[in-house]
Amino acid sequence: MRGRLLWVLVLVLLAAGCGGDTDPGGPVTLRFQSLAWQEESVRVNKELVAEWNATHSDVKVEYVQGSWDSVHDQLLTSFEGGEAPDVIHDASDDLADFAYGGYLADLTGLLPERLTRDIPRHSWETTTFGDGVYGVPFLQEPRVLIANATWLDKSGVRIPTPEHPWTWREFREITDRLSGDGRYGVAWPLKEPVSVSLNLSLSAGGQLFHRGADGKVTVRFEEGDAVMPRTVHDQIATDRSAAPSTLGSGGSDTLPGFFGGRYAMVPLGFSYRQQIVQQAPEGFDWRVLPAPAGADGLTQGVSPQTLSIAQDSPHQREAAQFIDFVLRPKNMVRLALGDWMLPTGTEALKDPALHTDEHDWATGTALAGRLRPAPAQSVRGYPEFKDKVATPAFQEYYSGAIGLSELRTRLERDGNLVLARYQR
Amino acid sequence: MRTSRTGRAGQYAALLAYLVFLAFPFLWLVSTAFKPPRELASLHPTWIPEDPTLANFRQAFDEQPLLDAALNSLAAALGTAVVAVLLATPMAYVMARRRTRLARAATGWVVVSQAFPLVLVIIPLFLVLKNLRLIDSMTGLVMVYVVWALPFALWMLVGYVRAVPRELEEAAAVDGAGRLRTLVSVTAPLLAPGLVATALFAFVTAWNEFFFALVLLKTPEKQTLPVVLTHFIGAEGVVDLGPLAAAAFLATLPSLVVFALIQRRITGGMLTGAVKS
Repeated sequence: MRGRLLWVLVLVLLAAGCGGDTDPGGPVTLRFQSLAWQEESVRVNKELVAEWNATHSDVKVEYVQGSWDSVHDQLLTSFEGGEAPDVIHDASDDLADFAYGGYLADLTGLLPERLTRDIPRHSWETTTFGDGVYGVPFLQEPRVLIANATWLDKSGVRIPTPEHPWTWREFREITDRLSGDGRYGVAWPLKEPVSVSLNLSLSAGGQLFHRGADGKVTVRFEEGDAVMPRTVHDQIATDRSAAPSTLGSGGSDTLPGFFGGRYAMVPLGFSYRQQIVQQAPEGFDWRVLPAPAGADGLTQGVSPQTLSIAQDSPHQREAAQFIDFVLRPKNMVRLALGDWMLPTGTEALKDPALHTDEHDWATGTALAGRLRPAPAQSVRGYPEFKDKVATPAFQEYYSGAIGLSELRTRLERDGNLVLARYQR
Repeated sequence: MRTSRTGRAGQYAALLAYLVFLAFPFLWLVSTAFKPPRELASLHPTWIPEDPTLANFRQAFDEQPLLDAALNSLAAALGTAVVAVLLATPMAYVMARRRTRLARAATGWVVVSQAFPLVLVIIPLFLVLKNLRLIDSMTGLVMVYVVWALPFALWMLVGYVRAVPRELEEAAAVDGAGRLRTLVSVTAPLLAPGLVATALFAFVTAWNEFFFALVLLKTPEKQTLPVVLTHFIGAEGVVDLGPLAAAAFLATLPSLVVFALIQRRITGGMLTGAVKS
């Protein structure tokens, strides 16, 4: 009896081990995992899939709803298990590990010339790792200042435009002028201080990460890197023109205070306009202003949303054709409007719907040409650097616990130790 | 030792404060679920919504297949509860009654297995299930949930088994009953409260689980409630707060009801056998 049981067990295990994928034949089926989450955005994505399926009988696309929460772990497990979706929606700053790990297909040669040409080179840089391109950047958003228009108009300060933005110094002076009686000129939501600091520092020429001739990256905190952090630090600790209580907050957390008239401005992603439209009290007048400019003007770093193809996908060519369809200029505009973001494609950016004054689309669109890859984009070891070194260092600096020289020391000394481990 | 009246008042005050602390997130969730968007973003939030609305519930149901997801969660939770109890009962019996090296090793392993982080097991588990063609299937998910719930279920049941007097089983043996017959006819009826508590524990564990369901279920129609809830969260932590609160409130109700039913049995089950007689 025991012997028979043992044999059954062995056979079951062998059967399990020998199990493999079979080719089902028939039309090709692609799985497209989308992270769209806002109602309009989900609707547009599903419409695009339906439109594709209606015109392509030989290649069917299944829409799979993913979520931004835990997408990295979910994809990693799927890649390891050989069950990843064929077409993958993600953000460019999440792709480096997957690209270097060999999980994503190199899109060079797979994408049509039209799409390659339509997206500017600096956008492609956000998805280029080594010699390959591992995603198509298609949506992006600048960080802007969302301002209480009534408050600003009453104060008589100069209203900045993309053509004549505030300098960092001017911004500090204005927030100081707007503050008083328990009200603040600005509220910085700095729950994630590193990406905000690095991306906005590009405006002053800050780079933080410097790649040497040998390809290795080192951290150097130079004058350009200090402009934006010093402004924020001084607004909080010296001028008291920035609310100290929002240092640990996310963007959404600052909205009640903004609507309640405690802060004149809040630096937020461009897509936050959707939340503001939905939640602002009746009659609340708000306006989108460009972020302050430095020596490099309005330049800032972004991590665009991307579409990639799994390396294990047996239908990479068909997947690339689907991506090309989804990212045709008209469709890119639909996706951008659904997500309240900007398209990367130059043709899509020309669409009149993105140049209206309604909800200040025009202000954001005017900034599109100044968006560059986030500095940390291709730095291996960045997640550890961010969590172990940069986040606590920036948090302590902004709260006034340490000074600028200590911030510099920590970023350079401790940061280089971390990065060195990844570059041996 | 007698506690003074002041001391007792202090104890009750501390208990009340703790209860308020525990209840706060849930009460706030309920309050949020009924608030319109403008109240959600108010600088002066109120406990009672000034202009209560069901719009968040409507939006939640319009945007996501909450009912289907709830049915999927129910199927997974019921399946887990039944299978976990069927498997745990004989195992717990052996562990409680046989003081062999193997039983002791099994007990140790059960304790150690509780320390495994999810990320450590998910990839090997994924590969095994893939080879068994059980990815994206409720059967595969239930198998994982059973394995995950089994150690604690065993732990609970061992206590209940130990509380059943050996003499009853010995009497059954004298009357000619075999091991299996004794387990089914004598021990199991006495274990009934423990079996119910264990089943409900497994149910709640499976009902609330998120990560395995996220990774193992691909087809949107098969996703469970905790996974569908994350669809209200966007990039960089932006949240569609009203609908999320409404959906989360509905998702919490079954767990709350089940816990209300079993809490006495769970504590009883864990403490039973804890003291040697």
